[in-house]
Amino acid sequence: MLSVENLHIRFRTGDGMVHAVNDVSFEVGAGRQIAVVGESGSGKSQIALAIMGLLAKNAEVEGRIMWNGQDLLAASNREMNRIRAREIGIVFQDPMSSLNPYMTIERQLTEIVEYHEGLSRRDARARALQVMDAVRISDAKARLRAYPHEFSGGMRQRIVIAMALMCQPKLILADEPTTALDVTVQAQIMQLLADVQRDLGTSVVLITHDLGVVAGFCEEVVVLYGGRIMEEAETIALFDQPTHPYTRGLLSAVPNIKDPSDALTAIPGSPPNQHRFPQACPFAPRCVDAVDICRDTLPALRQGRACLRPVEELT
Amino acid sequence: MMLSVQNAHVSFTAAQTKKWPWSRPGVVSAVNGISFDLEAGKTLGIVGESGCGKSTLIRAVAGLTPLASGTVTLNNEPVAYENRASVQRLRATMQMIFQDPIASLNPRMTIREIVVEPLTFFRTDMSMEERRTAAMAMLERVGIPATQANRFPHEFSGGQCQRIGIARALVAEPKVLLCDEPVSALDVSIQAQVVNLLKDLQREMGLAIVFVAHDLGVVRHISDEVLVMYMGAQMERASAADLVREPKHPYAQALLSAVPVPDPRTRITPQMLEGDLPSPMDLPPGCLFASRCPKAMPKCHTSRPPAIWHGQHQAACFLLEDRAVAASDVH
Repeated sequence: MLSVENLHIRFRTGDGMVHAVNDVSFEVGAGRQIAVVGESGSGKSQIALAIMGLLAKNAEVEGRIMWNGQDLLAASNREMNRIRAREIGIVFQDPMSSLNPYMTIERQLTEIVEYHEGLSRRDARARALQVMDAVRISDAKARLRAYPHEFSGGMRQRIVIAMALMCQPKLILADEPTTALDVTVQAQIMQLLADVQRDLGTSVVLITHDLGVVAGFCEEVVVLYGGRIMEEAETIALFDQPTHPYTRGLLSAVPNIKDPSDALTAIPGSPPNQHRFPQACPFAPRCVDAVDICRDTLPALRQGRACLRPVEELT
Repeated sequence: MMLSVQNAHVSFTAAQTKKWPWSRPGVVSAVNGISFDLEAGKTLGIVGESGCGKSTLIRAVAGLTPLASGTVTLNNEPVAYENRASVQRLRATMQMIFQDPIASLNPRMTIREIVVEPLTFFRTDMSMEERRTAAMAMLERVGIPATQANRFPHEFSGGQCQRIGIARALVAEPKVLLCDEPVSALDVSIQAQVVNLLKDLQREMGLAIVFVAHDLGVVRHISDEVLVMYMGAQMERASAADLVREPKHPYAQALLSAVPVPDPRTRITPQMLEGDLPSPMDLPPGCLFASRCPKAMPKCHTSRPPAIWHGQHQAACFLLEDRAVAASDVH
């Protein structure tokens, strides 16, 4: 349904070029839940913005983003406008800055369907009420007249999800949707996204740094580092048998509340400098398994892993 | 006991809530009677959701916010927070690290100056040269090469800035380290580096650490004991292992049930809490969690349960008391 092909994103900045995303390809099938996992600076959010056509003005994009046979990178503004609401919805990390503080919740929800589907104010209002009920905001009728500041963080994120759902999109991009929320609220929001996926068959691309959330929600995982895909696998396979040293390092650095052992294994070093297009494996400077070849050859993604060392030889 | 806090209360006046110019301002009760003891070389984790008062509590212990009531003893001596001088004396023994590693370092000082500064205050017995040597050694110890000591904070990454913050806090060899969400702004791979560094330094220096964080996984890994707060009050306190294995208080149970587990074969079943939080300006007479507690009984709304030891857990819940009574009836 969605296929990202050889995507490159670069930014022209005062300090020179920043290579944020380098040759990333992945696919999202209908009704699938895919996680794009990475640390800050890995390029994960820029991929979502590129899909929505919302990249900053100083960005240069290369590659293709195919959506049901159409290249979104080549689509006109008018075409993108239609796709943005009706076919692909997006949920951002900070719900307060996704909502307009001067508009009631009702107006923010109804505006979308009035504009895109030509619904009357009355029909739009009925739709908004139903969607508010579906995302489990109690007393929806009265709450529609409220302004964003009158809601808690978790409730605001429910409203943002309701906005993304108003035109029943086929795909939802969720960019760190629970990072700003408490753990109990996070569980509710992830449950809501799972319900949406189950009830409506909506595909979800979850962009996150939290492997705990990924394990509980997604079927497939794409692991990014330094703007490149390190590993791509079904969730269970990735957690059971990670084949890339970065994935292995990341998994052993995550504290697991159920795991009685005390060892947290850190990945030494710092994230990569992205001012140059990578000539070698971006993870090599921090990799325990790196050998000479890793420091001067760029590994290609083969069978779901981009690593020059055979799996058997990894520590 | 290295650090002991008894019945700490912190409140703020909310002037903007005054209805009339001459009416009394409302009072927000942020911390409502927290007590804990901490030995040298041990870590107490404090967890709870945003707004539960966990940061306010340790800021009050550090003397950054006034305590409304309660006592703090440090190394068996009562702490006086009366004036600036007494609070500054306190800081020779008790230091703090903060959530935002970059904002907590002065951008106009080199990191050498930043790490030397505590010694200038607290180690007047040292010569300038000795202070400088000690600061360099501390920087090296936290993993910042001494060759970079003349750089400014903006030249370092978030993880490195947190290391510099740790060096500054520990260079004058305090006994107690208060940590306010020290790793929540860091990436997972860097977070583990900083947690491991804190653990190593604790072992070497015999530090008592209070570690405030919302990430229960990190707290579980670094803490010996964990205190669960809700609306500024203690719900439960137990060893980290006991709390995670078998939380006793309904709030602790709900909180822990929602923690995601990085293992796709483990299905978590989060308990959903219904109901609204009480207003911190008008606390109910009963248990502060009663309005959202799935197991609340009538008396939970009228009187507040004290924190009582039930085996290895200290929990404030009538349900556990009734169970304890019921159990003793049988015997």
